[in-house]
Parts: sequence; structure tokens; C-alpha cells
Amino acid sequence: MDLFAYDFMVRALVGALIIGLIAPALGIYLVQRRLSLIGDGIGHVALTGVGVGLLLNQSPVLTAVVVAVVGAIGVELVRERGRTSGDLALALLFYGGIAGGVMLVGLSDDSSNANLMQFLFGSLTTTSRPDLIVIAGLGVAVLVAMLGLRQALFAVCHDEEYARVSGLPVRTLNLLMAVTTAVTVTIAMRTVGLLLVSALMVVPVAAAQQVTRGFRATMAAAMVIGVTAAAAGVWVAGEVDTAPGATIVILAIAAFVAVTVAAGTWRMLRRRLHPAHQRTAAQLEPPEVVLRTQP
Amino acid sequence: MSVLTVSHAAVSYGGRAVLHDIDLDVQPGQVVAVLGANGSGKSTLIRAVLGLVPLEAGEVTLFGTPQRRFRQWARIGYVPQRMGAGSGVPATVGEVVASGRLARRGIFRPAGAADREAVRAALTDVGLLDRIADPVGTLSGGQQQRTLIARALAGRPDLLILDEPTAGVDVASQDAFAGALGRFAGRGGTIVLVAHELGPIEPLIDKAVVVHHGRIAYEGAVPEPAGHHAEPGHDHVHPHAEAERAGICVAPTDRMAG
Repeated sequence: MDLFAYDFMVRALVGALIIGLIAPALGIYLVQRRLSLIGDGIGHVALTGVGVGLLLNQSPVLTAVVVAVVGAIGVELVRERGRTSGDLALALLFYGGIAGGVMLVGLSDDSSNANLMQFLFGSLTTTSRPDLIVIAGLGVAVLVAMLGLRQALFAVCHDEEYARVSGLPVRTLNLLMAVTTAVTVTIAMRTVGLLLVSALMVVPVAAAQQVTRGFRATMAAAMVIGVTAAAAGVWVAGEVDTAPGATIVILAIAAFVAVTVAAGTWRMLRRRLHPAHQRTAAQLEPPEVVLRTQP
Repeated sequence: MSVLTVSHAAVSYGGRAVLHDIDLDVQPGQVVAVLGANGSGKSTLIRAVLGLVPLEAGEVTLFGTPQRRFRQWARIGYVPQRMGAGSGVPATVGEVVASGRLARRGIFRPAGAADREAVRAALTDVGLLDRIADPVGTLSGGQQQRTLIARALAGRPDLLILDEPTAGVDVASQDAFAGALGRFAGRGGTIVLVAHELGPIEPLIDKAVVVHHGRIAYEGAVPEPAGHHAEPGHDHVHPHAEAERAGICVAPTDRMAG
């Protein structure tokens, strides 16, 4: 039987492919500045937005975008100050977000657990045509920003002080990152759910960087891995009747493990065959430098 | 017109004064070394000039414009002390150096042939063109430092500002580095560098400024090493109690302690 003979499966596939493509394109910048878990935190905050939407009988996706954007800007302002209390401020924001969301969903007319689960872990097969149009529109906007501003975003994430001295609008770029993170989290809500969205931003990047040498190559490889995991995940989920979101994430992690093992084996074999490549720091640098660079 | 002036500048961190009443003037084409012991405030001075640290009092002008209103950042090439902490996402030497073009090109215009040419020229200048496609993480500390200098040179700046560029750098890299700075100065470029030791750059220096306890303690020619420091073949292995107190210690062994 052809799964994709059904319209809802085609819509599920298209939605998943879009997220599979844009989540790693954004995630690579988050990984680069060691904010791998920020998507997860913003996902927590977005749940409050879902609750607000359900309570006010508005589109939950729309209110979730608004609340997540506000939350992400708040997080960025805390990060920018670089205060040690920032860590606690983030914890308060994230747990406040998820607790507020669960309470508000409970207060709304449609307070079934199934409804909550749909946002937490995704509900790909119920993606409607208007949903898909919103996902595609916002997805294209995020993708254009991430690819078009690649060098500037790379510079800011790689060395923020240098970017500032280069006269780049560092603050605007950081806020753009915060807003696009929030938008990506919310549109990925339908695919993998708020609790798993961060995985699609981070895991393909982690897998790609095991074998790549440069930033651009890592970005391209991560996007390929993300799209492949999304397509394969929807197909496997349809065949064996599992949750698509979780299946996509498990496949992405499987790809990470496979790439890591393969790269490790390849490096080991190459060392065996060409022992000359085994140059240590001590052989490359004079002794005083080696002493100096020891941590 | 001065390339850089600092007048009556003061900086504090969390209520503790780090710089007091600093005056500095750098003319076009000058190569100025800011010397001083660890903690003297010399790096803070550079960071205040660049606007990375707020001034508490006084004024900085860059190319005649007050720093607050200065927008021609492409005229300045900044070389930080070290490459930002690696995050695991690999980046090639070419990609890092290409960041140096952003100030000149703006963030919306894609890189063109002129940008690629400038990146290659800058890497040639520091002797790393053959490593352009290698991940920066695989380079030695000295080579990473040369990558950062290439990044600054790629923007074709008029003023290079370097923060301890030779700290912990191997001899081959120090020479490559002195060569690149010499050629930059030869093209009429202005250089301000913070250093703990000068090594092969010393002949390039027109003026030395010694910062001691947040004040300018000396301004003039590079201080001659005193007494037995000046003996030929002297290898700087003794503690520099005297020189350190005066804040003019520039011996290579100091980096071992740092």
C-alpha cells in the first residue's frame, strides 16, 4: 500500500521536510556559540503561548510564535549581559513557561491530555493545509535569513568582539537569531513537538561535524542529514505506526552514531596505514610553546 | 591629523580603577608598542580604544572622529589575543579570514572575486596560504595567531591594533608575523600593538609607551635593557625583579610565567 496516496501523509511529509531543512541551518549557529539547548528552553516558553491561544480561542500557533519571540528576546538580553545570575534567570523563564502552558491549557475549553501531547510531541498527521502554508512561509523566511547572512552570523557566533570591532550590527544580528529560533521552534511544534525540536537543530549538526572541515560544508551536510532523517522518519513512522516526531529524532541520532563510528574507524585505519600523520604538538612546536599552551 | 588620540581616559571594572588619566597620540604611519607587566592595564587601554570597554572619563578619537560617532570600522584591523574558544563546529582558515572582509563589504553583499583575492593575499602575507582549506582547530597556536592577523589584513585597514599578538607564539610564526607587520608598515600603515615582549618586531617600533599601574609611566624610544640585560648572548633566565617594578619588562622568559 502506498502511504503517500493519502493527502494527510503528503502534508506530513512536506511539513517534516521543511523543518528537517531549516532546523539544522539555524541550529549550527546555536551549536557554534554553545547554546545547543536554547531551542529546548524556547520550546518550554512557547507552550505558554499555546495555552494563551487555546484560552482565547485564537490560533495556538500564532500566539505561540508571539510568546516564544518575546521569550527569546528576553533570553538574548540576559545572555548579552553575561551575568552569572543569567543561568538562574533562564531556568525561571523556561520552567515558568512550561508550567504556565500546562495550567493555561488546563483552563481552556479543550483541555484534554491528547491536546497537550499534540503540542509537546508533535502531531504531524493532523497538519492542515493552512498550517502547511504558515510553516512553508515562515520556513522560507528563516532559511533565507540563515543562508543569506551566513558570513555575518558566522562572524558574530565565532568571535563576537571581533564582529563588534568590524562595525557589524551585533545586537540586531543576535536578536534576529533569537527571533528565528523562536519561529523555528513554533513551526516545528507540529512536526516533532516542543520537547523534541531542539534535537533537530542540534543532532544533524553534531553528526555532520564529525566528518567536515569547514563551516559551510558542515551547514550543508547538516541540512542533508536533517532532510533525510525527516523523510525517512515520516516513512518509517507510517510503516510501523510510531510517533513521527520521535521517529525522526531517533533516526537523526542513529545517523550521528553511524557517522561517528565510521569516522573513528576511518581515522584509525588511516593512522595504521600512514603512521607519518601522527604528529604531536611537541613535534610541531618548540618546547617553550608546548609548555605555554598546556592548560 | 592623528590616527588615534586618547585624552584623559579612565576606565574602571566594577568600581576598581584600571586606567587613570591616559593620554596617547598616534600619527599616521607610526608603529607604537604599548608595553607593561601583566595586569598593568595595557590590554584594557586597547579595548577602551576599540569601544569594547566603556570609558569612565576622557575621550578617544579615531581618524579625527570621536569614537562614539566613528563608523568607518573597515579602516581598523583588530587582532585579539587569541582565537575565540572553539565550539566544535569546524571552520576553515579561509572562512575565518573571510570574516575580515565584512567591515568593508557589509553584511548583505555576497563575497565577490575581490574578497576572495584579498583573503588569499592576506594568507600569503602571513605564510599560510597552503592551509586555507584546513580547519583552524588543526593549526598550532602560532599559526592560529597568524590566521587572526590575516583576518585583520584581509580588510585592508589603515590602522592595525594588536593585543599581545606574539604571546606564546613559536619562533617561525613570530618571524612570519614580523614580516607581515613590516610590509604593512612599509605600505604606510599605522600599527598599535600591546606586547609583553617584542622579539623580532622590535626594529619596527617607532615609539614605546609603558603602562604601569594604570598610568603611562614612560613614552619614547623602546627602553634599552639595563645592565646585564644588554650583554650579548644574555639569555634572560633570571627573575626580573628590578625591571618588573619599573614596568618595562619585555623579556621572552616572562611568557613562561604567564
